[in-house]
Amino acid sequence: MSEHIVSPKIYLAVFGTLISMTLVTWFASTVDLSTGGVNFNPVVALAIAGFKAVMVILFFMHVKYSTRLTKVVIACGFVWLFILLSLTMVDYLSRALLTSPSQ
Amino acid sequence: MLQHHFADMEQQKDASSLGMWVFLITEIMFFGGMFAAYLVYRYNFYDAFVAGSTSLNVWIGGINTCVLIVSSLTMAMAVHSAQLGRQRALVIYLVLTLIFGFTFLGLKAVEYHAKYVEHHIPGQHFKFDKYEDMSGKEVESHVDQGQSQIFFSLYFALTGMHAMHMVVGAGLLTTLILMSLAGKFNASYYTPVENIGLYWHFVDIVWIFLFPLLYLINRVHHV
Repeated sequence: MSEHIVSPKIYLAVFGTLISMTLVTWFASTVDLSTGGVNFNPVVALAIAGFKAVMVILFFMHVKYSTRLTKVVIACGFVWLFILLSLTMVDYLSRALLTSPSQ
Repeated sequence: MLQHHFADMEQQKDASSLGMWVFLITEIMFFGGMFAAYLVYRYNFYDAFVAGSTSLNVWIGGINTCVLIVSSLTMAMAVHSAQLGRQRALVIYLVLTLIFGFTFLGLKAVEYHAKYVEHHIPGQHFKFDKYEDMSGKEVESHVDQGQSQIFFSLYFALTGMHAMHMVVGAGLLTTLILMSLAGKFNASYYTPVENIGLYWHFVDIVWIFLFPLLYLINRVHHV
């Protein structure tokens, strides 16, 4: 399973995707994507970044070809990251923050 | 090469890459804490974050993103060469990866120097009243100085820790180059190449998130 050798063609395809996605996210940041009072620019930027990260993890880091145990452990890591970010934000978004430290 | 507590080479290799991933997960949580701080302050001090973000050099940031992606490709090709036992190609790809790593750090140094000249480094002499936008036009800024200091503190903490990981990665790559020149790797043993490759790709992923979060918060409206 670990001896799977990925073809350089796949690496080049992933590389091309990553570079073009970088250009897309760069361009998207200069376009106003807000509709109905909601600004979708950060949503698009993070979706592109997430997609790029998944491409790197699956192909450059060979996770697509690794054992199930490794896959589960990595998934657990991201679940913990999600808990860290979401519970932090639940707390901070539901309380008033002190104003600027300089005031 | 096979240690006595493993059944075969495959199990040994799977165990080592699992161990590397457990380490990388601690790294994800380490950067995750800083990303959480970033989210909290970005939500509360949005205008200051937009102004600070727009003052960053998006050209250097974007080119650096591409440089890191190229270095990830050469690192992946180094692992590929190691798997096939191609010693010369392995050394060449490792050296290329190291060169792109230093290119990234060099461009980062240029950016830090520009921020130093502009007094945008948090501290006693911090002053954020004007900055250059993407077209090089000078823009007046009226955002809160304390809130701007928080943006730049997070900018330097996040990019600084990322750059430190790059420096560590450069040291690891140098070790790999020396080891492969000494003929330590072959088609059945290249675990250090594979695991340092995982580390290098992880550092690339951190930057993939840092680029939009720091440089591209809002390039449409000026604050």
